[in-house]
Amino acid sequence: MSNLKNTNAKSLFPNQVELDNMDGEIATLNLGPTHPATHGIFQNVLKVDGEKILSSEQTVGYIHRAFEKLAERRPYNQITPITDRLNYCSSPINNMGWHMTVEKLIGTELPKRVEYMRVIIMELARIADHLVCNSVIGVDTGALTGFTYVFQEREKIYELYEEVCGARLTTNVGRIGGFERDFSPEFHRKLKDFLRTFPKVFNEFDSLLSRNRIFMDRTIGAGPISGERALEYSFSGPNLRAAGVDYDVRVMNPYSSYEDFDFIIPVGTQGDTYDRFQVRQEEIRQSLRIIEQAYNNLPEGSYKGDVPDFYLPPKEDVYNNMEALIYHFKIVMGETDVPKGEVYHAVEGGNGELGYYLISDGGRSPYRLQFRRPCFIYYQAYPEMITGQNISDAVLTLSSLNVIAGELDA
Amino acid sequence: MSKQLTNEYVSELLTKEFGEAVLTVENPYGLLTVEISPSKIHEVISWLKSHTELAVSYLTNLGTVHYPESTGREIAVVYHLHSLVNNFRIRLKAFLPIENPEIKSIVDLYAGANWMERETYDFYGVQFIGHPNLVRILNEDSMDYFPMRKEYHLEDATREDKDDRFFGR
Repeated sequence: MSNLKNTNAKSLFPNQVELDNMDGEIATLNLGPTHPATHGIFQNVLKVDGEKILSSEQTVGYIHRAFEKLAERRPYNQITPITDRLNYCSSPINNMGWHMTVEKLIGTELPKRVEYMRVIIMELARIADHLVCNSVIGVDTGALTGFTYVFQEREKIYELYEEVCGARLTTNVGRIGGFERDFSPEFHRKLKDFLRTFPKVFNEFDSLLSRNRIFMDRTIGAGPISGERALEYSFSGPNLRAAGVDYDVRVMNPYSSYEDFDFIIPVGTQGDTYDRFQVRQEEIRQSLRIIEQAYNNLPEGSYKGDVPDFYLPPKEDVYNNMEALIYHFKIVMGETDVPKGEVYHAVEGGNGELGYYLISDGGRSPYRLQFRRPCFIYYQAYPEMITGQNISDAVLTLSSLNVIAGELDA
Repeated sequence: MSKQLTNEYVSELLTKEFGEAVLTVENPYGLLTVEISPSKIHEVISWLKSHTELAVSYLTNLGTVHYPESTGREIAVVYHLHSLVNNFRIRLKAFLPIENPEIKSIVDLYAGANWMERETYDFYGVQFIGHPNLVRILNEDSMDYFPMRKEYHLEDATREDKDDRFFGR
């Protein structure tokens, strides 16, 4: 890759150090695009004086896959696999967000059981997402042990996904209108097992890092941002909450029955790497609480709603029932009638407010679908956060922001 | 937290303040959607941000839609704003002609608009006046067209080696 797109671009940040007037050696350092410490394909061209970062220019777009353009050609049910590939650390949340957007457009109500099942899957995904992020912060400070502990637990979450939908990373879980099938007996067994064993392992992981003097010295004060600046940059999710703003879509605009559950929103004060780590740790505990509440109060009822235009009928009906056959063909061939309309629906993704802006003109595919990708929006604050810091802090800041290349580049 | 804002109340305030600049008011799916004349959009967003009661000070999203059929107003720039204090969302739209899609940048109000506007420029060619660094962001610099516009099909329309009948099209 020779296109260092933005290296000649004018600096975006007026308060940056004047490079021309400085004495001493200024070196240019390429951090990325395929550096192992960046956990994804991002390029940062740093100007450094010794260890100190003076400025940074980012290049993004290395894995741009034109999702918004693709979505304009696909029927609604075929867009779900695209959403998998946004934030692939928590793809079930993306899938559910998309299903809920379409359900909002067609105006359908689902049984309580579906909503509770969705909450369980989404919170499992949030735990998996935060586990990856937090354990990788540990790895970047040189503590590999915690990472190996929690990846075992993440594996268990992936096995739970497998029980629900058969896939692990790019899950494509659920349908517009519900789930493919009810939770299997094996899922119940594995979930109970997970709820019993996970807190112990998690507390062990927490005790390895949370009050670890080396870890605290490395992370406190690394890559800070104030609440005001974070809001100016349209931060959302754990990164905004670490800066002290208690904005959470699950509470502000509850969807999928989140208003039924009792949980708290953890907030930080400094907006630095340590606060982001702690906010995510507490969110994992709160997610566990939500899962327990949803699982213990799982309502009776169907695992799917009455949405024949979008939800594939059971196979035996397709063979024996004319109506089911017609629906089957209409869905598979993408000939479903969709109402005209314009909706914006947001869910609390692993990284923040994941929004879907959908415009339908009544055709087989969306007229326009835009994803509000939280990573893309907050990653632009990165140069401001690392200016004046050391190179090692820049690596930590990047991993604690949890920038996922798939979501960043769409 | 003050009393819950309603769509009617906010649209009334907007109409009172900006008069003819407020072109249409709709509420699709309960979300207040206001069309503003493009020359006033910066002023309206700035007013919403500094208004003490409304306090619409969070930019959720900035996007664009291309309507090739509506002559003279082909490009719609869509702003989703959120008042976190009142938990009130609002959508603003401004329609621009395709020959000269120019609109004032809001980077001076929201730092986060920087990349959102660059992305919009990258895919639709909207010129944001006053943007500090309006260059492509996700696509190649050497690209000489705006790929999300409707005239660019997903696949090469001149291809003959694929039979569309087999792909359900």
